[in-house]
Amino acid sequence: METPRCCDSGVDIHEMTCLPDRCINFDYLNITRRLLLKSLLLSHYTATSCLGRGLQQTLEALRLGRSGLAPCTFETVALDTFAGEVAGVDAVKLPERLSEFDCRNNRLAQLALEQDDFSTVVDIAAARYGRDRIGVFVGTSTSGILQTELAYRHRDPASGALPADFHYAATHNTFSVADFTRRYLNLTGPAVALSSACSSSAKVFGSAQRMMAAGLIDAAVVGGVDSLCLTVLYGFNALGLTSTRPCRPFDAARDGISIGEAGAFALLESATEVHEGDVLLLGVGESSDAYHMSSPHPQGTGARMAMQAALDSAGLLARDIDYINLHGTATQSNDAAEGMAVNAIFGDRVPCSSTKAATGHTLGAAGSIEAVICALALRYRLLPGGLNIGQLDPGIALDYLTANRSHPIMRAMSNSFGFGGTNCSLIFGRAQSQ
Amino acid sequence: MTILAAYLNGIGLLGPGLPGWQAGKRILAGSQPYLPTTVNLPVPVLLPPAERRRSSAIVKLTLAVGLEAATAAGIEPAALPCVYVSSGGDGHNCHEICQTLASDDRHISPTRFHNSVHNAAPGYWGIATGSMTPVSVLAAFDASFGAGLLELLAMVTANRAAALLIACDTPYPEPLHGVRPMPGMFGVALAATAEPNAHSMVQIRVELTRDRADTLTDIGFEALRRSIPSARSLPLLQAIAQTQAARVTLDYLDRTRIAIELIPC
Repeated sequence: METPRCCDSGVDIHEMTCLPDRCINFDYLNITRRLLLKSLLLSHYTATSCLGRGLQQTLEALRLGRSGLAPCTFETVALDTFAGEVAGVDAVKLPERLSEFDCRNNRLAQLALEQDDFSTVVDIAAARYGRDRIGVFVGTSTSGILQTELAYRHRDPASGALPADFHYAATHNTFSVADFTRRYLNLTGPAVALSSACSSSAKVFGSAQRMMAAGLIDAAVVGGVDSLCLTVLYGFNALGLTSTRPCRPFDAARDGISIGEAGAFALLESATEVHEGDVLLLGVGESSDAYHMSSPHPQGTGARMAMQAALDSAGLLARDIDYINLHGTATQSNDAAEGMAVNAIFGDRVPCSSTKAATGHTLGAAGSIEAVICALALRYRLLPGGLNIGQLDPGIALDYLTANRSHPIMRAMSNSFGFGGTNCSLIFGRAQSQ
Repeated sequence: MTILAAYLNGIGLLGPGLPGWQAGKRILAGSQPYLPTTVNLPVPVLLPPAERRRSSAIVKLTLAVGLEAATAAGIEPAALPCVYVSSGGDGHNCHEICQTLASDDRHISPTRFHNSVHNAAPGYWGIATGSMTPVSVLAAFDASFGAGLLELLAMVTANRAAALLIACDTPYPEPLHGVRPMPGMFGVALAATAEPNAHSMVQIRVELTRDRADTLTDIGFEALRRSIPSARSLPLLQAIAQTQAARVTLDYLDRTRIAIELIPC
């Protein structure tokens, strides 16, 4: 059967993705179609969140269906909400040479980098490639802003100046966490922070992939770190988007998010040699909503474009995807729009779930931690069920998992959509023995 | 060393005494003296009234330079994948939030909160232009322009298609100004393609280097270059304005810098 084509661009468009009012989009699809970048190997990865430190604890929590959410007792926050706080972050000591970077966000970054021998593996890779041939791409939404929030409480009563020991560049500035990561890992290649709200650390995979394809670097450390702070806790509360209960993605009675914190990293290398069970980055799709700063497009048009672009860049069809880790924040509008977008491409055929009822919404770290969860799903044949479901939303037609399933899968998609209408979908695959 | 190449087809520019690329070009080329003045930000008429009212300096700056570059390149902004870089985002908005959070009443405004994301300005860019193309939103403190330029080159090279870089910085109010002093605002946008077209001004060939970064002989320009991260682009802009083959070196990270060979079209 002939595949439908749109706008004379020569692009094969799956019929259900046709958006005739937005012809311009097909130029972009054409770009991603031509992209078809080589798959990259996630040669090593790690995650730390309220579920635990490192892969073993994370996997164990997912297997048990355990959530890390608890009533929020963070700092002096007085809000009736749940949070996914990582235990022991404040006990982390940064190396003396990096003491100016000391803040909760960089402590969490270091805690994450120290799990699963991640920093050691990067060191070995650096010896192989050269320290200036490994790029660093770290997603964050608020970096170390908590440090500034605290400094504002200690302004000089006369001059209004911030305390002398406050170090803006190394803590609050958005780049701080990427700068800390490259210095901690002793890498001297290109380094950057990506900060597009909740899609930040999904987009790191796209930026790294492009820079590797362009030949500027041979490998990349990608990841995301976001930590609890007053700005996001009070901010989401001001928007009326936080739940007073542990969040319930895709439940009919869902009423908002639970904020979490996390750090997750992966080392990306060319997939020149892969082994059974290795995890590959197969596709990246990005789009923008061009709709509203804090509400998603009601029909999920941007989300749909990102998922389709990811499929196109991987050279895959909807039927090739075995599991979708949804963005699934548990607000009414987000889950409804995402459900519509997923259904438009996949129907109700693909098992999917949001893991935010387990981890909380870790904002700028969400893309990376959910990428790692997809990697665990592929490697350990575990499709994590969504938690806290009383009754699934009958208005959303998806095969939403309310319990774990355990069977082999070959390809998983991870969705991340953020404020400002920034969307990113990633596709990961399980390598077969060569 | 890997060399990444692209053609620049349109430039947007707004900074103290640099009111757009056409006027700025003559000043940068030395045919008119440089007189730093306050930046006049155009009203962002493409935004719906509600968003227009809420738009801050960095949003207006982003729209102004982005549209100038896209128009000069003869390309519909909605069709352009975008790289957006700012060294620290909207400092005024951040100050208001931190001030409220340090007070007895921590209720911050919902609009302030959604404008606090680093991608607020590119979000408004999308709303204004209707662009649903991907946007990479970056930050690299003083290395921000270099980081944005590398992402632009990687995007153009990997996609073999057009892309737009927008780099913008606006100053912080006190007390943040005390820890991050920036004397004014500066915005620059570059519209690039992999292949030359009728609008192409120059081909740039970019590589990483350990060479020292260029400084500017005009003390006004040099002060600007040193004090605002997006103005680290000035040696490149000046070389383009002079329309001669040249090699410039821009500041980037620590001892890593960006060497750019310019070949006029």
